[in-house]
This record gives sequence, structure tokens and C-alpha cells, in this order.
Amino acid sequence: MNGTPLRELIPAVTAVLVRRGADFATAEDAVQEALIRALATWPENPPADPKGWLTTVAWRKFLDTTRTENSRHAREARVEAEPPPGPAEDTDDTLHLYFLCTHPSLTPASAVALTLRAVGGLTTRQIAEAYLVPEATMAQRISRAKRTVSGVRFDEPGDLATVLRVLYLVFNEGYSGEVDLAEEAIRLTRQVTSMTDDEEVSGLLALMLLHHARRAARTTPDGALVPLAEQDRSRWDTGLIAEGVAILQAALARDRLGEYQAQAAIAALHADARKVDETDWVQIVEWYDELDRLTNNPVVRLNRAVAVGEADGAQAGLAALELVDPVVPRYTAVAAYLRERAGDLALAARLYGDAAHAATNLAERDHLTRQAARLHDVLRG
Amino acid sequence: MAKYLLLKHYRGGPAPVVDIDPMDRWAPTEIDAHVQYMRDFAARLEGTGEYVDDQALSPEGTFVRYGGEGRPPVTDGPFAETKDLIAGWMVIDVETYERAVELAGELSAAPGPDGKPICEWLEVRPFLTAAPTVAE
Repeated sequence: MNGTPLRELIPAVTAVLVRRGADFATAEDAVQEALIRALATWPENPPADPKGWLTTVAWRKFLDTTRTENSRHAREARVEAEPPPGPAEDTDDTLHLYFLCTHPSLTPASAVALTLRAVGGLTTRQIAEAYLVPEATMAQRISRAKRTVSGVRFDEPGDLATVLRVLYLVFNEGYSGEVDLAEEAIRLTRQVTSMTDDEEVSGLLALMLLHHARRAARTTPDGALVPLAEQDRSRWDTGLIAEGVAILQAALARDRLGEYQAQAAIAALHADARKVDETDWVQIVEWYDELDRLTNNPVVRLNRAVAVGEADGAQAGLAALELVDPVVPRYTAVAAYLRERAGDLALAARLYGDAAHAATNLAERDHLTRQAARLHDVLRG
Repeated sequence: MAKYLLLKHYRGGPAPVVDIDPMDRWAPTEIDAHVQYMRDFAARLEGTGEYVDDQALSPEGTFVRYGGEGRPPVTDGPFAETKDLIAGWMVIDVETYERAVELAGELSAAPGPDGKPICEWLEVRPFLTAAPTVAE
């Protein structure tokens, strides 16, 4: 059985339990247990109403837990009474669950873990594997996160921007372990788009789809990074690109620009070029200017310098690089690239070597080392 | 989150700030207290969701290299006087570099003789990560 349709139901079911008065942490555990029961029994015995089934079983689990904890307590009588019928449509409740899991009182890593578990319905083991930590550590991270938000009112108004930031973090983590976090982030972002009417949610979904479309071309079979300019564009997923572009265009038409839309616009311009030299760098620079205005982020100015180098030549790119603080990660890699384009191969080779030394991930370090080696090879003649 | 290696050296690194007898000269209760501190520290990090791994290494090791086609590997050592000797490590997964340094400082405060912090130097090294999905 494909796990996705079942997992889709989790936030709504959790939300129903919380609405009925369950505390979030216990409700979340109860839904996980119901899910395990569902995985065991549904293949033989699929229910007519999956959500109703899950809600009933989760509610019983919740009652069992509460009963064990408060045996013979007066409270028991209250919770044992037949629950009030939940709201017919739980769309709003599900969104509240997202707000809770990404609450500003949580650190980014805690928010990511809680979202993947309580909204995504991943098991603690799957999340631990994806983030390469022991399961016990991840279990603690999740239960601490639950404690942190235990005092937050469930229907407290939340901020969509924090939800988007967490989903972006999940997407950017890429792929490790049995769970594809990029796919998971896309699935969750789709769910948020279905519950909201916000240009930036669409912008983020478009951004994810446009990047995901290039996934097959991003790495060689042995895992080495292939830069955008050298990717085999026939391997880009045109279906995902078309969907991402359509979602982005609809969002941009509403004229409420935000950083995700601007980033998606840049990704769309890359996706639009069937050959690398057909890339519309002038427009890309304009979008970086917008993005710089929206975010005031030095990384944006660094990427802008690359785009300026392509649009107006290496000297212009180097001039744009002057505006960037050299402590920004990848500064040296960009400097190396622009120096090579400007014809200073010896300096470029040295800078590539320095950049490889400073790289914070292995694929990038290997890539930069190869660039340095390639130039040293050319210099030897 | 980022992973860091807290590397414990028997030798190498800056000069020790506290002159401490080898552990086999400590009182048994002092050793117990030291070992308990390490256990408690790891358990506490598991509780904060920051623990990944810790291991201790035997001080004696062998150097091994490829010996050529059809030949057994060539071995050398152990060397009693290598300049740098790794004793073990702890791997943590933390929100910031500052947090990694803070935890290394706490780990270095493990008690020695008379229950005083041994203040050993620990080397903090960031792990290289996987490449992010959105890079341009």
C-alpha cells in the first residue's frame, strides 16, 4: 500500500483530537499509534471512511492513555462521555497544526522535526535517519518540541511565513535515508496551498517544483555535483517545470511580490533556457535586484554578482562582487569563477583551491577541487 | 543543525593548562566520578536532542597501507611516540557553532584528581554536509 494517502489524513485527525480537548502531545502520539494499526489492518480490511476510522481509533487510544494516567480520577468520567461531533471540515484545523509545529518559540531544527512527525506523519526513526542522528536523540528533540508548544493555544493565529521557512528548510535538506525530504516538502507545501490563498505559498511551491525538475541532472550517477551550466537539460522534468511556471505566473499576476516568488522567477528563467547560452541573464539580474530589495541578504548579492558576470561580462561581475562581504559563504568560489572568466587563470586556480578548502559540503568541495585541478592542468599547458 | 566532532587527544594540540597525573594514578573514586560525568554528559545531550555518537579509542594502533597487486597490506607501528594521538570523540548535532564550543567547554570540565576540572583541550571540527537542494 502506498503510504501517502494515509499520511495525508494525519494532520486533520490530530486536529480533531485537539479540538475535542486532547493535549497536542498525547493526541499526536495517539494518531501515530492509530496509524500503525491502520498499516497493519487496512491492506486486509480497508475501511469505507479512512478518516473516520483513524479518528475513532486515535480517540480511543487517547482515552486509553488518559485513563491509564488518571485512573479512577474524576476527569475520566468527563472524557469518557461521547465526544462532541467535530467540525465537518477540518481544513482550518490542519493549518493550525502547521502553525503549532512551526511556532516561533521552536528552534528551526525542532520545528522541522515536529512538522515532519505531526503533520508529515513520518516515524521518528525515519526522521532520525534523514537527519543522520540516533533515533533516541530525535525522539527527545520531538518531545522537547512538543513540550515547548504545549502552552500555545491551538487556535492562536499563526504566521504563514514561519510555516514556509520550515518547509523550505525541509526541501533544502534534499535526500538521505529512506525518506525523500524534497518530495515530502513538496507534498506538505501542496497541502498548505490547498488551505490558503497566498502568493508566497504558491511562490514556494513553484520554487520547489522548478528545482526538483532539475534533480536528475544535478548529480552524476556517483554523486558528483553538475553545475547548472553543464547539466543535460534533456533530463529536466518538463512536466514539473510547466506546473511550476504556471503556479508562479498565477501568483505573480496578483502583484504581491515576495522572496519565494522572486526566487522561483529566477529558477523559471533558468528552466526556460533550452541551452545554457539562451539564458536571459539580464532578466535574472533584475530579479536578483528585486530579491535583494526584499531580503537584504548578502548571499543574494553574491549570486547577483554571478548573474551580472554573465549578463555584462566578467569585469562587471567582479565590480558587483566588490559590494559583497568576503565572509559570505562561497564568496571565494564566485571570485574564482569570475577571475577565470576574466582570463586570470593563475589567480582563479588559487582561488578555487581556497574555495575548496572553505567548502562546507563534500560535493561542493570535490567540485571546486576539480575546477582548480582543471585550471592547473591548463596552466601546465 | 550542524554536526561537530569534539576530538579528544592524548597528545598534540596546545600545552595542557592543568598538570594532571595519568588516569591510572587517580583514586578509584576519582575515576568513577570522571566516567560518570562523561555518561551524564552524553545522556544530557540525548535529552536535548543534540547527541549523535561517542567513542573511545585504544591508544595503540597500526598503520596499514596497500601492499601492491597480489600482496598483503603493509603494516607499520605501533609508534609509541607519535606527535598526535587521538583518544576518542563525541559527535554532536547542534543549532550553532557557539553551542558546539559551549558544549566542548563543558565536556572539558570533566573532573580529575580532587574533583577538579581537567580542562583538557578538545578540538572542535565541523562535519562537511550534504549539498543543499537550492544552490544558485
